[in-house]
Amino acid sequence: MRREVPLVLTAVVGLTMIISHFIPPLNILKDLFEDWFFIIAAFAIYLGVLNLLRVNADKIYKKQADAPFGLVVIFGFLVITIPGLFFSGGRSFSDPGTPFYYLYIHVYYPLSATMFALLAFFVASASYRAFRARSVEATMLLVAAFILMLGRVPIGDWITAWLPQGYRLGEWADWIMDFPQTAGQKAIMIGIALGVVSSALRVILGLERAYMGGE
Amino acid sequence: MNQENRQEEKSFWEKLLAIDRRIIFLFIVVAVALPLFFKVSMRIPVTPVAQGTYEAIESLQPGSKVLASFDYDPGSMPELQPMAEAFFRHCFRNDLKVIIMGLWPQGPLQANIALEEVFQDKDVKAKNLQYGIDYVNLGFTAGNEVVIDRMGHSFEESYPKDGYGTPIGEIPLMRGVRNYDNVDLIFSLSAGYPGTQEWVQYGVDVFHVKLAAGNTAVQAPGMYPYVQTGQLSGVLGGMKGGAEYETLLGIPGRAVRYMFSQAVAHAVICLFIIIGNLAFFASKKRKRS
Amino acid sequence: MSGEVVGVWIGAILTLGIFSFLYKDNPFYKFSEALFVGVSAGYWFVVTFWQYFLPKLIDNLVLAYTLLTVEGKIDYHWVYVLGGGLGVLMLLRLLPSVGWLSRWSLAFIVGTTAGLQFTRYLESNGIIQVKGTILPLIVGGNLNTTIGNIVIVVGTFCGLIYFFFSKEHKGAFGGAARVGVWFLMITFGALFGYTVMSRMSLLIGRMDFLFSNWLGLIG
Repeated sequence: MRREVPLVLTAVVGLTMIISHFIPPLNILKDLFEDWFFIIAAFAIYLGVLNLLRVNADKIYKKQADAPFGLVVIFGFLVITIPGLFFSGGRSFSDPGTPFYYLYIHVYYPLSATMFALLAFFVASASYRAFRARSVEATMLLVAAFILMLGRVPIGDWITAWLPQGYRLGEWADWIMDFPQTAGQKAIMIGIALGVVSSALRVILGLERAYMGGE
Repeated sequence: MNQENRQEEKSFWEKLLAIDRRIIFLFIVVAVALPLFFKVSMRIPVTPVAQGTYEAIESLQPGSKVLASFDYDPGSMPELQPMAEAFFRHCFRNDLKVIIMGLWPQGPLQANIALEEVFQDKDVKAKNLQYGIDYVNLGFTAGNEVVIDRMGHSFEESYPKDGYGTPIGEIPLMRGVRNYDNVDLIFSLSAGYPGTQEWVQYGVDVFHVKLAAGNTAVQAPGMYPYVQTGQLSGVLGGMKGGAEYETLLGIPGRAVRYMFSQAVAHAVICLFIIIGNLAFFASKKRKRS
Repeated sequence: MSGEVVGVWIGAILTLGIFSFLYKDNPFYKFSEALFVGVSAGYWFVVTFWQYFLPKLIDNLVLAYTLLTVEGKIDYHWVYVLGGGLGVLMLLRLLPSVGWLSRWSLAFIVGTTAGLQFTRYLESNGIIQVKGTILPLIVGGNLNTTIGNIVIVVGTFCGLIYFFFSKEHKGAFGGAARVGVWFLMITFGALFGYTVMSRMSLLIGRMDFLFSNWLGLIG
């Protein structure tokens, strides 16, 4: 039961999704399975949220070293959840003017955007410390990166303004993106497609069971 | 004397390699922040892929319906928000009808923020645009690519109501819009999964819709194969893509203004890479000899 | 002080809190990070409730219940009870003794995703991309297109050869794989350049917020 039912479920659902392309009447079942997918995905989100709250509540209960920050996590959760559920006008909870919208713009957005902006500093530091032209391949990577970084901003054309039209850095960047880069991306894309198709088949046929975890 | 000089040279390069990363961070802050104080306008060359996106929208007749999928969060706002604002300006200028949706929860919110900004324009105010007639925001629906697939059969099944709870059958703009056959173009503003790739896979290749896109710079290179095969009409890549779009529209905005900062930052990064490599090879040569 | 001004100050303080990590890890940063985690979880909780539960599950069950009580009809919408049941099974993951039941929900998700992606990746990323690589290597009167087509065909072919690890990369095969590596290096260099552009854009956005919206130093 523990392993057999999930395997059968995966096979039935997966095959239904594939076969419905060839047998249109099966689309009714496909649509139903897709709806259930929405619902289960929602519960999966709640699982993550509940687990997060449980872990942090545990930290506070056990008076661990970072318990105060566990309190901050739960505080942050409540600060947005309570207004969002009860004081933001129901289904129009995300309209401009609601408390939820205010918190989204002035708390969630600055935090989220700044977390990502930190990456700019680390990319600069990593470029300085680790980006080395140690081999022919690394040098090709470096040269391509240089051409793209300078060619994609106006400074590239400014530096190479003395060259004739069609040979400036911006145009080199365009050519690299349109041709060799596209070729490399196509190779990666086709390779991934073959990998996804074989993995999907393995999962549907029950040959791949890692998603079920141990036991 | 020569040996002493070589000792100094060695310690200089090694010091350079071992520099505290906070100094690098400081350089980056100055490189990014200082140009913002100077209103330098730079000529923005337009790439063919950006031109493709512009042409896809420009070629639509007044009254055409564009389905805009806002698939990004605040983390991608500096790159995609200028594109979103330029897109709305383009659509409203050409009297196109816009149906907003999102595969990311924050997407429709970002659309509202962009609309708030665009509605302050004199030209847009003069058009007296009405919600439900000229534009509509269907909100977010969970399900990722499944939503795209379902909408191919029926919008109402995925979006029975708009983002404000109104049944879509009661919205004038949505009357007669049953599925993709009733929209003229799909514009995907995407920062990851689900996004433009899923629109290509489930929208273009199954339902043969016309698709144009604006992506973050991280995602844009991966879309070039789709442009090459014609699955995608064009793609705007990152803040530069937004600047190109603003240039094509003749309405320079935030993206064009930011390009000076972007240019200086890139130059500084290139300089760091050059110095890092020089220091590395110099100290390597030193160690060998 | 208006709500908007207070909001900008809150945003600026939280932004500086995250940036303080660049100097070194500190309680101010830890506070901002913990707040981000909590607020993100709360945000998803609220959105999921209003955008998932109500329209997808509750509305359907309410409709089925209404039809049963008012018209005495047993409507097909009752089948959403099964979907809701599978969803509840997912939550059982929190209880170790019955956590294994969540595998059923996971199996459903995995099966749906595998089935959907099978055809889509095969067509969009496989067949259509291969078709797009079948290009004429000589285009009369157009040198640019000729060179471009050769680059795309050779690059894609050699790149795919590189990814074929079942055969040793030696001889002509190895030579082609090496050419494939060169194309991939150019691709990764381009990706790096674009990644730098993307990260810098995000930083520009925050700097603009601090100096323009908060401090008002930029017009």
